[in-house]
Amino acid sequence: MQSQATYNYKVVRQFAVMTVIWGIVGMLVGVIVAAQLVWPELNVIEYLSYGRLRPLHTNAVIFAFGGCALFATSYYSVQRTNHTTLFCPRLAAFTFWGWQLVILLAALSLPLGYTTAKEYAELEWPIDILITIVWVSYAVVFFGTLMKRKTPHIYVSNWFFGGFILTVALLHLVNSAEIPVFAAGVLTPKSYSAYAGVQDAMVQWWYGHNAVGFFLTAGFLGMMYYFVPKQAGRPVYSYRLSVVHFWALIFTYMWAGPHHLHYTALPDWTQSLGMVMSLILLAPSWGGMINGIMTLSGAWHKLRDDPILKFMITSLSFYGMSTFEGPMMSIKTVNALSHYTDWTVGHVHSGALGWVAMISIGSIYYLLPRVFGKTEMASTKLINVHFWLATLGTVLYIAALWISGVMQGLMWRATNVDGTLTYSFVESVKSSYPFWTIRVVGGLLFLTGMLIMAYNMFMTMAGGRAVNDAPVLEPAHAH
Amino acid sequence: MDFKNTSDFVSGFWNMYVVVLALASIIGCGVFLLIQDRAKSNAGQTTGHVWDETLEEYSNPLPNWWRWMFYITVAFALVYVTLYPGLGNFGGKFGWTMRGQYEDEMKQADAKYGPLFDKYAKMDVAAVAADPQAKEMGQRLFLTYCAQCHGSDAGGATSFPSLKDNDWLWGGTPEKIKETITGGRTAVMTPKGTKPDMDGEQVKDVVHYVRSLSGLSADSIRVQRGKDLYPQACAACHGPEAKGNPDAGYPNLTDKVWLYSSREDSMIETVTKGRQNQMPAFGEFLGPAKVHLLTAYVWGLGGGVKGEAKPAAVPAAEQAGMSGMGGMSGMTADKK
Repeated sequence: MQSQATYNYKVVRQFAVMTVIWGIVGMLVGVIVAAQLVWPELNVIEYLSYGRLRPLHTNAVIFAFGGCALFATSYYSVQRTNHTTLFCPRLAAFTFWGWQLVILLAALSLPLGYTTAKEYAELEWPIDILITIVWVSYAVVFFGTLMKRKTPHIYVSNWFFGGFILTVALLHLVNSAEIPVFAAGVLTPKSYSAYAGVQDAMVQWWYGHNAVGFFLTAGFLGMMYYFVPKQAGRPVYSYRLSVVHFWALIFTYMWAGPHHLHYTALPDWTQSLGMVMSLILLAPSWGGMINGIMTLSGAWHKLRDDPILKFMITSLSFYGMSTFEGPMMSIKTVNALSHYTDWTVGHVHSGALGWVAMISIGSIYYLLPRVFGKTEMASTKLINVHFWLATLGTVLYIAALWISGVMQGLMWRATNVDGTLTYSFVESVKSSYPFWTIRVVGGLLFLTGMLIMAYNMFMTMAGGRAVNDAPVLEPAHAH
Repeated sequence: MDFKNTSDFVSGFWNMYVVVLALASIIGCGVFLLIQDRAKSNAGQTTGHVWDETLEEYSNPLPNWWRWMFYITVAFALVYVTLYPGLGNFGGKFGWTMRGQYEDEMKQADAKYGPLFDKYAKMDVAAVAADPQAKEMGQRLFLTYCAQCHGSDAGGATSFPSLKDNDWLWGGTPEKIKETITGGRTAVMTPKGTKPDMDGEQVKDVVHYVRSLSGLSADSIRVQRGKDLYPQACAACHGPEAKGNPDAGYPNLTDKVWLYSSREDSMIETVTKGRQNQMPAFGEFLGPAKVHLLTAYVWGLGGGVKGEAKPAAVPAAEQAGMSGMGGMSGMTADKK
């Protein structure tokens, strides 16, 4: 055995492979629930009915697919940018198996009907405890590695990963405070929230919007800050911009939750603060987009024949678009039209498919050959095919739901000369069918891309080897 | 009541807490940007730090348009919270509230549309039911407020009664229908009726007896045994002849209408576990004029029972004109 320290790629490999697998599972469930809306006959048995599969879809894509991608990329980049190996490798291995167990329990308990009924936090209390243990271990590994760093400065990707890990811990602990149910003196897996009424709603959406802000934004910005400059071979556009948008982003996201509760029992002042803070959030969000896209200035030609870079730059474009759309939708008058319609669902997916999935896919394509002893993926052509399937799928999905969302909003508020509503609710449902069908097609295209990715991954693995001997690099001397 | 205040948090401290924290946070964003904006930058130069062989950062300044976009949103936030509620109990210069907006809009709507509904409020139910325009308005109200449970065609569903047949749980006269819409209804069937000590076999017996009353398939031996149990278990509410009592919402067990399906297992479940059901009250929410119009609409669907007020004779052609609303013809009284 070499005396020199090597990067811990094993846990990176495990998480990277599971990213692709869970991506397929989560998106397949998404396609099924989308199809169930168009063809309700597909609700065959209660365990696989829309109401139980929908939270399974969101949990699988956010925490299984997105979560594994974040673990893989943060474990990879935290070692590389700090020129040291992972702190406490056994604990790192535990985070992998622990996280897979969480996913497995989610995949069993949600179809069985166990749910807290809190969006993106549906898992019941025993799983919540397991999540807490895994997450604290993750923090120990990540920050332990950061403490061992050989560089005087901490690279920007680590700020975002660090912010994401700390805040998700806080969000999870506060929102999941719940009281287990004792039935006839026996502890059951069922629980009820520790909060009641509008305070429960406010805590839930403080959590819900920050799940978007920290799990699905800050974490993936960390990913972006490592993999985009790496793939482009260019320096990050502006250090100053990264400082300002980092602090402004993590500070203002905390306030944005009330925009999910406009025109509800939440007091007026809370709604207003949520709205103005969401508007302030526009600039900090766009800071990340600018820093990512402008990193390419001077190297735009690379976009022509590098499909991995195409994934990354397209993801940043969707990120910019969603983070413009979000603040606009938080304005009360716009929200009065968009709330409870498909517009919201379309908005979420322009972020989820366009930004989160595409930046993850690009980063995993960069990472896979490096941890499997290859210089590039088995087929660059298939990455290109995947890129076009994913882009077309995303555009079809969000365009269809924009149209149906605005249509629903307008139908619900239309009135007759006598002041009665022009359309009954079911008429708006009927009018939505064509767009829901287009959504199924968009989702299928995206899923097909993931299947191609899995094929490409296994071909790369078949021709490669598990790299466990990459030596830890010495930091470069400062200029 | 003052709806602007911070409700659950009654101490004045929390108001100041919100005001100070919100203002400091909004202004703090601007100040932070101002300070960072003044930091030195060297366009086109890197910071000199290198990570993982190739990772570097340029020392470019903040993009001008981006900086101004940030300042403008901060300024907008400050202006907004002085004009609109945002700083705790300070309601904002405009005095706008969500509740106030709702009340204003409702007031305007009442002024504009009120006379249309008031016109019908003065007519008796039968006359309103015969008016084609009133029928259209009634149908729109029905589709907005009633269709979620009773269905677009008023045909009902399991546990939600059909409103277009001649069977009325709480009475089908205009007065009774209006009472139902205005105040809502709550109905409870206790588990095993008034004989809680019945075992599974006895429940089955009584179910078979009840099935025999409306011509459903039944085991004749069980029917005999159930007949003996019926007076003790069911008659107190459903009556000795099982005809029910619409004054108290007790269903008639001798007709072919079953709120919870006529399947044997469903009937056994009803007797074993009891049932609870509720129709919400709409009187306060809709106001008397709209309730009157809805009453006439529901009464006119085909199953209405003649009330004290003489109903106008409704020509069959007008009934047929209500496309898609089911085919009960005539306004004849209870078939039974």
